Amino acid sequence: MAHDHHDHEHDHDHGQEPPSDMALRVKALESLLVEKGLVDPAALDAIVDHFEHKVGPRNGARVVAKAWSDPAYKARLLEDASAAIAELGYAGGQGEHMVVVENTAAVRNLVVCTLCSCYPWPVLGLPPVWYKSAPYRSRAVIDPRGVIAEFGTPVADDVEVRVWDSTAEIRYLVLPQRPPETEGLDEAALAALVTRDGMIGTRPL
Amino acid sequence: MGGMANLGEIVIEADEPVFHHAWEGRVHAMTVASPTRTNIDAGRHQRELIPGPEYLAMSYYEKWFRSLTELLVARGLATPAEIAAGRAAPGFEMSTPVLSAEAVADRLARRGSYLREGAAPLFAEGAAVRTRNLNPPGHTRLPRYARGRQGVIVARRGTHVFPDSHAHGKGEDPRPLYTVRFSARELWGPDANPRDSVCLDLWEPYLEPA
Repeated sequence: MAHDHHDHEHDHDHGQEPPSDMALRVKALESLLVEKGLVDPAALDAIVDHFEHKVGPRNGARVVAKAWSDPAYKARLLEDASAAIAELGYAGGQGEHMVVVENTAAVRNLVVCTLCSCYPWPVLGLPPVWYKSAPYRSRAVIDPRGVIAEFGTPVADDVEVRVWDSTAEIRYLVLPQRPPETEGLDEAALAALVTRDGMIGTRPL
Repeated sequence: MGGMANLGEIVIEADEPVFHHAWEGRVHAMTVASPTRTNIDAGRHQRELIPGPEYLAMSYYEKWFRSLTELLVARGLATPAEIAAGRAAPGFEMSTPVLSAEAVADRLARRGSYLREGAAPLFAEGAAVRTRNLNPPGHTRLPRYARGRQGVIVARRGTHVFPDSHAHGKGEDPRPLYTVRFSARELWGPDANPRDSVCLDLWEPYLEPA
């Protein structure tokens, strides 16, 4: 939302500025929950660390690069994505029931959650603000081509667009098309080509 | 809100941080640590109870903060006065955290599942189905834009915890879950692209034979 953007431009925790109202309210809540023994502050530190450093789109990029390099792995990934992703050590909440959908020359896939902001945390980390925003959640299902075009690369008219609205605990990951002229690249080099938006489907790669 | 028009521009931020403010990370962590012992469906429902005009004006983590505080109050774990003051009223009962620091790594990497034993699914892959026109007062995962529409079962996903019951303290009530494909024209009318479709994951009680 435009509101979010505005907030972020002018409300960063710069240190020298007074803490925002939300910062004070959240701090008060944490103090209360710690005092009552309802949360362990060290557990909160560990959770923040996990989401800032242990999960993120590089996990998903490794999955994609392996699928591009290893046809047997790709077959397992399309058959039982949760198990194939767990082979690489990625599992956990919001990744319990993974399904991978493959982009081809004829089909483009786009993932959204119109009801809330469901997103495959173990492979992509936490979602960007736009994914959680009302404009994306409302438009992705009715105008997927318009949304994809705004991300920079419109879908050709003769390509089918499939939108996946994450209404249950199934979490979707898009397998982008492997770019041409990448035959010589190893998995690490291929993974570096894969973007978060490519695995959501708003960009081709 | 799927299909609603004019809710604003999609603002794409380059090099976006995981959390824009330290407090967002704390709200996320406090929710994940689950002091209210609330299941995921009841948590989602609590966020849906935020009135629409306020919901649209709030950031994501403002909504999480609000639903967390409301659940703490609803479960008798804190009063609004304590939440505002950041201090417990005298004579409170001491709890033990649900999640200890040592347990975090295992908990976050655990392969959980919403699959349960349950009745055999009624519909086969390829079956034509129609969504019921349901407008329940509580939580549901059948979006408004896909009510009363015809689609095709493209996958059977097993029997899953049913949010419409689970969110309201009525147990897991597992029901068969399907992925159902709807043509864009069925959902949005004759101006939609004839090639395009939307797939939704829908529980059997949302569906009837077409």
